[in-house]
Amino acid sequence: MTERLKEIYGSVPVIGWLIGMLVAVVTESAFGAGLAYALYLPKVPALLGLTVVLKQPSMFPAAILYVFLIYALPIFFAAGLTAPWANRMAAAMEALPLWLSAILHLGVLYLVLHLWTDMSDYRLQISKLTMIAVMLTLSINVINGYMGEFSCSHPGFMALGAYASSTFSLVLFRQDRLFGAPILPEFLGPYMFPLGLLLGGVAASLGALVVAIPSFRTRGDYLAIISLAFMFIVKSVFENLEVLGGPRGMGGQPHWATLPAVFIGMAVCIVVINNFVNSTMGKALNAVRDNETAAEAMTVNTRRTKMTAFMFGAFWAGVAGGLYAHELRYVNPSSFGIQSLAEILAMVYFGGLNSVVGSVVGALSIQMLSEALRPLELFKWIIIPLLLILVMIFRPTGLIAFRELNVKRTLGPRVRKSGG
Amino acid sequence: MEFVLQNFINAMQWGSFYALIALGYSMVYSILMLFNFTHGDIFMTGAYIGFGAATVLLFLTASVGISVPGWLLLILTILISMMLTSLLGIIVERVGYRPLRDAPRASAAITGLMIGIILETGNLAVLGARRFSFPSLIETVTYNIGGVYFTNKKILIVGVSLFLMLLLHAFIRKSRWGMAMRAMSYDYQVVPLMGVSLNMIAPMTFAIGSALAAAAGILYGMAYPVLDPYMGVLLGWKSFVAAILGGRGSILGAALAGFLLGFIEIFTAMIFPSTLRDLIAYTIILLILTFRPYGFFGQPYTTQLRL
Repeated sequence: MTERLKEIYGSVPVIGWLIGMLVAVVTESAFGAGLAYALYLPKVPALLGLTVVLKQPSMFPAAILYVFLIYALPIFFAAGLTAPWANRMAAAMEALPLWLSAILHLGVLYLVLHLWTDMSDYRLQISKLTMIAVMLTLSINVINGYMGEFSCSHPGFMALGAYASSTFSLVLFRQDRLFGAPILPEFLGPYMFPLGLLLGGVAASLGALVVAIPSFRTRGDYLAIISLAFMFIVKSVFENLEVLGGPRGMGGQPHWATLPAVFIGMAVCIVVINNFVNSTMGKALNAVRDNETAAEAMTVNTRRTKMTAFMFGAFWAGVAGGLYAHELRYVNPSSFGIQSLAEILAMVYFGGLNSVVGSVVGALSIQMLSEALRPLELFKWIIIPLLLILVMIFRPTGLIAFRELNVKRTLGPRVRKSGG
Repeated sequence: MEFVLQNFINAMQWGSFYALIALGYSMVYSILMLFNFTHGDIFMTGAYIGFGAATVLLFLTASVGISVPGWLLLILTILISMMLTSLLGIIVERVGYRPLRDAPRASAAITGLMIGIILETGNLAVLGARRFSFPSLIETVTYNIGGVYFTNKKILIVGVSLFLMLLLHAFIRKSRWGMAMRAMSYDYQVVPLMGVSLNMIAPMTFAIGSALAAAAGILYGMAYPVLDPYMGVLLGWKSFVAAILGGRGSILGAALAGFLLGFIEIFTAMIFPSTLRDLIAYTIILLILTFRPYGFFGQPYTTQLRL
């Protein structure tokens, strides 16, 4: 029996699973509410029923049944049933250029996400924050994982990006208590939003120079301190800049961080970072991490490499910060402190260093866990750290560390025709 | 002039907290080449244990009906808290650091951070969100010498800190255990072959560091009597900065840099608006580390790092 299952599900390609998920979310939007009513669930479970179970343990069987009927059954049914067909589709897409095939996959994924988040605003916000967290985790992985420095400055980069892009949209497009009347008509705003994010990224990468230049002469713990000092400095600068709201922060950003915007941001971030770490420069990063002197001897320009990595990582942190600011529509300096540093570090070390998949998994699992365990209130902050300690003890570099993401092979069909 | 002297005393007091906590970071680093990121929260726990011990002692003496002088109670409180907190330090070493001794250094930093979060949350879960105020064990007496005001508590805080630092110095320089620690910090891979067990020395280092942090916690509670589960976070990170500034693994450097950080913070707040304190203090630190990348007494990296 298990052999047979293995045979079926081992041959399902990525597109097959995506189709399964699509079927599941369509099922949910069609029957979810009715089923929840029939099972006496208070409402459609938002996060796979975990929250409901923790709030009211008596709902456990109902929630399990719901998850089984709505998610597990359709996904496995559809994925298993369509496997041969999906494999043919995957093979057909393999013949297309890689970027086209990737866009097709991402399109289906977006459709799934769109339908899933359409059910509740809570899901929508969680999904967006999770995608922003994925960007942050990936960008810190460039510095902490691929280059192997213990950098603590990420909240600072994020703050720079958040403030820069918020200023951009508030000055240009919004009537605001800080900056007064808008300069440009507001309908242009959403089209200019990428420019604002870009500006945030550039601001963050300029800030990264402050950390990158001392890194020429020093490594390890001293660099950790320099980056930590940088974080404190950025926070303190924004607390003292009355122009940007000072300690009270900055509010009223236009609501431009919509699901497609955040999704595109994340997709571009994953693609660019994956290409970066697989490029010559990415390999040079690994060389610098493993042995700087040897890397230098092998013609790696260590200074340029370090500077690029810092600025590149900071750029994406800045973009993520910009999205974050436009999602919450409020930023203040204290949201970019030690607390946020601990969260980012937890995500990257949980997921795994030196691995794009690891970062995605880490951000996803820590975010989802911290949402799902919300009903436990305080104990959430005992369970998540304990989990992380266990991961560190048994897999010191994280769950999925040091693994390259080969997009072509991942998306390809699982069963090849004989001789093909 | 009086103003400067006044701030000098404040800076000495503020710096002694940093110095005492930084010593713990530095000692652990000199042995294991790892940073004990739980240390700020060990400081917090030490303060809470001290609070508990002081409350119990006050209750006992009151119920028995004998009057015990305040200074004796204070000494007892400090000793009890130091002992119990050093036990906590040993547990942290056993749970969070021993399994990760050969792992990448960042992983141990993460476990340390996470144990810290567990301590904070555990405290919040057990004691609730109430703010406790540290009982005043000794009367505050204010002296005035030539326009400079200072209290006996400030003198006591600086005095006890300096005394503990000297004690630590004597222990490391004169005792056999101290010699073992120095040897271990010289080479923690070879020295175990000479019959000194790393599994003895590492917990001892954690215990001593935690005891110092506990003393700092009680002294802090005397100066600023409101206890808060997150009081160790910022103080811990800043002391970590001091420990690095002093030079990694340098005990003397950590103490000096702790006081220096105290002075920088107090005097920038004296000259500039106090909101600029962090900005200026950390800019100075950034500049110091840019031009002196290995701290005051640190050695450049000569060996291959374990990451």
